Amino acid sequence: MLSYLGRRILQLIPVFLGATLLLYAMVFLRPGDPIAALGGERGLPEATQEAIRAEYNLDKPFIVQYLLFLRGVVTLDFGVDFRGREITEVIANAFPVTMQLALMALVIEAVFGIGFGLIAGLRKGKFFDGTVMVLSLTLIAVPTFVLGFIMQIVVGVNLGWLPVTVGNNPDFVSLLMPAIVLAGTSFAYVLRLTRTSVAENSTADYVRTARARGLGRYQVTTRHVLRNSLIPVVTFIGADLGALMSGSIITEGIFNIHGVGGTLYDAITRGESVTVVAMTTVLVVVYIAANLLVDLLYAALDPRIRYA
Amino acid sequence: MTPRRRLAGVGSFALASALLLSACGGGSGDDTGETSAEGDSSGIVTVSSGEPQNPLTPGMTNEVYGGLVVKNIYEGLVSYDAEGAVHNEVAESIESDDNKTWTITIKDGWEFSDGTPVTASSFVDSWKYIANIENAQNQQYFFNGFKGYDPEKPSDIAVEVVDDHTFTAELSVPSSDFELWLGYSAFYPMPEAFFEDPEAFADEPIGNGPYEIESWEHDQQISLRPSDSYAGERTPANGGIDMIAYTEEDAAYNDLLSDNLDIITNVPASAFGTFEDDLGDRAVNQPAAVIQVVNVPEWVEEFQGEAGVKRRKAISMAIDRPTITETIYQGARTPAHDFTSPVIDGYSEDIPGSEILEYNADEAKKLWDEAQSESPIADDYTLLIASNADSDHQTWVDAVCNNIRQVLEIGCEFDPYTTFDEFLDARDNQEIKGIFRGGWQADWPSMSNFLGPIYGTGAGSNDMKYSSKAFDAKLDEAAAAESPEDATALYKEAQEILFQDVPGIPLWYQNATAGYSQAVENVQFGWDSDPILYQVTKSE
Repeated sequence: MLSYLGRRILQLIPVFLGATLLLYAMVFLRPGDPIAALGGERGLPEATQEAIRAEYNLDKPFIVQYLLFLRGVVTLDFGVDFRGREITEVIANAFPVTMQLALMALVIEAVFGIGFGLIAGLRKGKFFDGTVMVLSLTLIAVPTFVLGFIMQIVVGVNLGWLPVTVGNNPDFVSLLMPAIVLAGTSFAYVLRLTRTSVAENSTADYVRTARARGLGRYQVTTRHVLRNSLIPVVTFIGADLGALMSGSIITEGIFNIHGVGGTLYDAITRGESVTVVAMTTVLVVVYIAANLLVDLLYAALDPRIRYA
Repeated sequence: MTPRRRLAGVGSFALASALLLSACGGGSGDDTGETSAEGDSSGIVTVSSGEPQNPLTPGMTNEVYGGLVVKNIYEGLVSYDAEGAVHNEVAESIESDDNKTWTITIKDGWEFSDGTPVTASSFVDSWKYIANIENAQNQQYFFNGFKGYDPEKPSDIAVEVVDDHTFTAELSVPSSDFELWLGYSAFYPMPEAFFEDPEAFADEPIGNGPYEIESWEHDQQISLRPSDSYAGERTPANGGIDMIAYTEEDAAYNDLLSDNLDIITNVPASAFGTFEDDLGDRAVNQPAAVIQVVNVPEWVEEFQGEAGVKRRKAISMAIDRPTITETIYQGARTPAHDFTSPVIDGYSEDIPGSEILEYNADEAKKLWDEAQSESPIADDYTLLIASNADSDHQTWVDAVCNNIRQVLEIGCEFDPYTTFDEFLDARDNQEIKGIFRGGWQADWPSMSNFLGPIYGTGAGSNDMKYSSKAFDAKLDEAAAAESPEDATALYKEAQEILFQDVPGIPLWYQNATAGYSQAVENVQFGWDSDPILYQVTKSE
């Protein structure tokens, strides 16, 4: 188990180097000149632009810039961005709120998705099943920003039940509505995955055997049906954590959350390669960690799976 | 810019385009009366804003978010009122015999918030610093009218201290509107603390304005509180200003509707059609000191010579400005009648030649056909209109193209560039093959600022490489004029020349679209599109 973990962590290194090199190259190849745009419509004098380029090492060849970036990774000091702020500080400010939002969304989609999915799967073809299937289809069909705007206007502005925006006060209550919106689509997928899986497993031989052995309905459902049904669901949820963190740009915008999405978007439009790559790298690490966790969870869910 | 806007006008808040694109406001504002005694003078007014993109110094801040802070934490020699007229603040007098060498005396008793006095060298040192290329200041450009200015190599502009309260400034050419420049943020003074350690200063700027920064939570909020040391005219009538960062204008708008926010400086495009109903008399919608044009590059063959001018005029007359501003912008733009802006002193709707800004399909077609017979181009000619596509430009380009296709019976297409800086690249390397989007936001409320920097030969923003000796001469004459009235008359004559040559086709003026909540009173937007914050009162 430990050696398996060690191997998986060692695998991080080539993934990390490959991902950063690729990302850096992509940002480097982005057309246009971010420094020229600093002056707005009016532009900056050529000499000023040169001075700024030298200050940010943008006048150096690609490989030198990339190595400087790697040095930044090792020393955890990426220098300052075009606004003069420490890049590590910018990243450290953006991640906690997005992490909180993503985790809240994850809990919502897991609890409600698995819960409703289980009931629907056990009552396949009944009224409850039909209702949640239509509901989940609607959630998948409606784009996140439509759901976000509607909830904001109805629940926030008109009814006044929840705060309209989050702003500089990211607490549980104000993050609740954005988390529900963010969880919406994934909730529908988790629900459908659980339902199908549960419905399939309830008719499996081992479940029939368990029933024949005289086990109670509750025990059959939790120990045999649900546990075996969770493997595809856990795979999806694990991969979804990364998607929720990097994919919350729209939700963050609607609810004015100053997290990863907005910061990354601003950095891309400003052409700040170091910020973009550093932030994306953190996201890559989150993805990898979440996948590792999922793999370890398999073993817990299915005793046949063992890591050595 | 706003940032925002992420969905509707993706990226219009990007720093790059922030200066122009997210600009708004202006006009004389509906007269909300004087700073009255009503309301609670300790209420904190909240304003929608964003994270400043540069250090908050007069030399570096060049976009709207930082600009609103800088305007309130510093005070210049003069300040502008809502109409753009100047009032002496730190200045006692600004005098000159020849409009070229100016003597400025400053008042006693002004202090920075760190307790150091505002002296002549607070201005002189700051101006010299910003104007010197060595210091790589974003606002260096604004000193190009001073003698000794050099955009290429280290230089020393001709500004000299006479005594603690007097200094002189020498310009490279006479400028009758010099006083109007001085309210602009690049000309604010800076204390000695800045020159000792510019980087530390950037974190905690020290000004001499009506407010000082109490706290600054990056990307979230900047809190301004009245400064005890302030000695000027703009005494705060409220307990302070909280500038709240928004990434989407829609979010700010919804916060305003639910009274969680007092003032928004920009109405999102999605609410153009409804905000005047939503807000009633708390909605602001007036022309700003921002004009949008399509520029005609001199390097494109079909627009050269006599026939070229006819084509330029034909295109201009083919555009139905009132319909486009009404249908696409729901009245948040005002059709253009000149090359400046309605908020500028001397603005006129009937400058000879300005009839080419009126929609006239028959005349347009006739001119285009004449040009075709004089100097024919391909029958299947397609006009390209270039712009960055990261902001909401496709909509109006499509509308203009529809006009042109119908009226002139030629092809017309949007020529998009993914980002603003790609667009700048193509423009500056003369790679653009058609006409292209341009725009200008005034730095100070003067006609010359709309003409010289854009249409003067070799001027910084003369991106189409237009050059006219007659126009240049007229500008020089106006700059040396004895009185502002004489200058205005000459600037109008200069515009007549532009209407003959059509280096750019004025489209419309951007409007100030803004609004405020029921909790605040005395909200006015200045000529420069920014709310005049010191006089806002909050009833609570």
